[in-house]
Amino acid sequence: MTGALRLEGVEIALHGRVLIPALDLTVAAGRAVTLMGPSGSGKSTLLAFLCGTLDPAFTGRGRVHVNGLEVTALPPEQRKLGILYQDDLLFPHLSVGGNLAFGLTAAIRGAAARRERIDAALAEAGLAGFAGRDPATLSGGQRARVALLRVLLSEPRALLLDEPFGRLDAMLRQDFRRFVFDHAASRGLPVLLVTHDEADSNAAGGPVIRL
Amino acid sequence: MLRVAPVVTLLLLILPIAAGLAGTVLPSFGYLPALGGTDFSLGPWRDLLAYPGFGSALRLSIVTGLAATMLSFAIAVLTCAAFHGAPGFRRLQAAIAPILAMPHSALAIGFAFLIAPSGWLARLAASATGADRPAAIVTVQDEGGLALIAGLLLKEVPYLLLMIFAALNQTPARHALAIARSLGYGGALAWIKVVLPRIYPQIRLPIYAVLAFSLSVVDVALILGPGNPPPLGPLALRWFSDPLLLLYFPAAAAASVQLALLVAAITLWRIAEVVVARAGRKWIARGGRGLAVQPFLKAGGRIAWLLLAVSALSLLAMGLWSVAESWRFPDLLPTGWSLATWTRQAAGLWWPARTTMVLALVSTLIAMVLALACLENEQRRGLHPGIGALWLLYTPLLVPQIAFLFGTQIVLIRLDLDGTWTALVWSHLLFVLPYVFLSLADPWRNIDPRLIRTAACLGASPLRILFAVKLPMMLRPLLAAAAVGFAVSVGLYLPTLFAGNGRFATLTTEAVTLAGGADRRIIGIYALLQALLPLLIYAIALAAPPIAFRHRRALAVAS
Repeated sequence: MTGALRLEGVEIALHGRVLIPALDLTVAAGRAVTLMGPSGSGKSTLLAFLCGTLDPAFTGRGRVHVNGLEVTALPPEQRKLGILYQDDLLFPHLSVGGNLAFGLTAAIRGAAARRERIDAALAEAGLAGFAGRDPATLSGGQRARVALLRVLLSEPRALLLDEPFGRLDAMLRQDFRRFVFDHAASRGLPVLLVTHDEADSNAAGGPVIRL
Repeated sequence: MLRVAPVVTLLLLILPIAAGLAGTVLPSFGYLPALGGTDFSLGPWRDLLAYPGFGSALRLSIVTGLAATMLSFAIAVLTCAAFHGAPGFRRLQAAIAPILAMPHSALAIGFAFLIAPSGWLARLAASATGADRPAAIVTVQDEGGLALIAGLLLKEVPYLLLMIFAALNQTPARHALAIARSLGYGGALAWIKVVLPRIYPQIRLPIYAVLAFSLSVVDVALILGPGNPPPLGPLALRWFSDPLLLLYFPAAAAASVQLALLVAAITLWRIAEVVVARAGRKWIARGGRGLAVQPFLKAGGRIAWLLLAVSALSLLAMGLWSVAESWRFPDLLPTGWSLATWTRQAAGLWWPARTTMVLALVSTLIAMVLALACLENEQRRGLHPGIGALWLLYTPLLVPQIAFLFGTQIVLIRLDLDGTWTALVWSHLLFVLPYVFLSLADPWRNIDPRLIRTAACLGASPLRILFAVKLPMMLRPLLAAAAVGFAVSVGLYLPTLFAGNGRFATLTTEAVTLAGGADRRIIGIYALLQALLPLLIYAIALAAPPIAFRHRRALAVAS
């Protein structure tokens, strides 16, 4: 299956206690799968394992394939699995444009070309002219959109969502959900969402796995 | 590369100190082949004990060291107890920074100007009583060591305050205090009963460092302590510097006594901690609300402000003397002003000032690189160094300088490195590195790990994360750590003397040497420059981040 995100027997344990028993899962390109579970069930830890940023206190087992390539042994920066957290985590020392340039794949060369690409992404997200702004001066919804743009510009192979809608108020949440899923679908990215909010999984549209 | 950073760093600190201690303790038992001591004997100890001033030197060191440590601890605790949460607390945090930047010896010189029989305080008293000549009482270098204790307090109280502030940042003290006060406890007593026990473990090592410093201080003791007999530290130094080298052996014995003194003092303090903690639990269980003592505790907390005022006046006194043409006794201000002393001294000042700056910059730079390499290694590998690593880091601050510097000098001579820049920079690094590391460690370990993970998931390599994310975000603590390192280096007296083998003059060695002389104008210039140089770097470290981050609201104000 090209483009899919595939988990093979992925298991997470903390000090020998198994949090997530062996999980087999395939997310097809352009589709979304939701993992639901209460807090502490280890669902965020699972995403950290997929990214390669698992805290050393945990142990993770199993294999992760994306787009036909096994990434389990690769360092985080070579996995190309984009992740969005509940907080936008924009770098406070960089401008909006600087944050996007940090994410934008190095394959696009030349200051002008990179600049153009960033401006186009901002414009498409309704944030035209925001490149020079300080992230601290943006609204919560705007910051969330910049964070997604930053991930997408890095041209990830898959998108991992760690409750990214939790911090937004109800109105914004609906808009941003649409924004995220539309973008992911239009790029044919497999999406793995972890959440405890039913509305999130409904918006994702795909199968739901309860932990 | 990164993996060996902690090992290299610790070896750089521990090996020379261990070698230095051996090089001090062995000669104290007569073993020093270079000077013909090939057999072990108790001769040096007999010589030391036979020296008529030994008893009083020892007593002086113990009394001044213990008194200075206990008083600075008590004052620092009272100050925090009295003012935690009050508007003055923030001001206090800002006010101690410049004092911390100033070298011990500069403050001691200014303090001597203030309290000397013909100093500012005496002039103030004279203008009230009408006296026209200085009173014939000994105020500086008094036999009891009171001036020395006071001079040590000026610097140690702000240092302990800083350490308590840092510990408070990691303790939910506000809530604990609010609860205690809602249960009817007076604010100051509540602090002592519910906050102090929680932060004490975090300020224990800094207290031991203060204890070590006070017990074995040399530069401040040369300026403010009695001269005949002097405390143990200056006594050992005087013997080490004996041109005939005959006193090397008893000097080594005196330096070894300093080491034994420290071990005994820390052991005693540790026992006292246990006893006080046990008694304290009973005291807390009795439930006294302390409303009656609240005013007294509040008043005690003002001593820190008094000390800060004295420090500020000391700095001012140095400045005034340096531009005074004539300043006769009861006059409160000079009657004639002139820059003549500055212009006359300018040529002579240049070399020590240059050496001071180069030395401070180089040792700080190396310390920053090593500290960053250790912290980066720790972060990348997810390590959590324990209390043991912290003790090792504190070693140079705990071992009396005189007890190992003498021995390292012998090692340096063996390696043909004595009196070289390499030796000098290394000896400064010993003291600069722990301070730089300690001031960088907390901010570095508190970097939001999710930011690092986000950067990695966006495809950034660890190196790129370091240079594009961490270093720029950490600009404020980086500059603060550099300023601390610079200030520490500028203030070092004994290491410069020993490793430089007397061939390198810095502002500090010159100031301490001159302090015994008569011309206050010249002393004032050296001490003032010595104080202003680190202050300038502090000012830059404080001013630069808001300018660099003027368009970055989240980083523009100190958090």
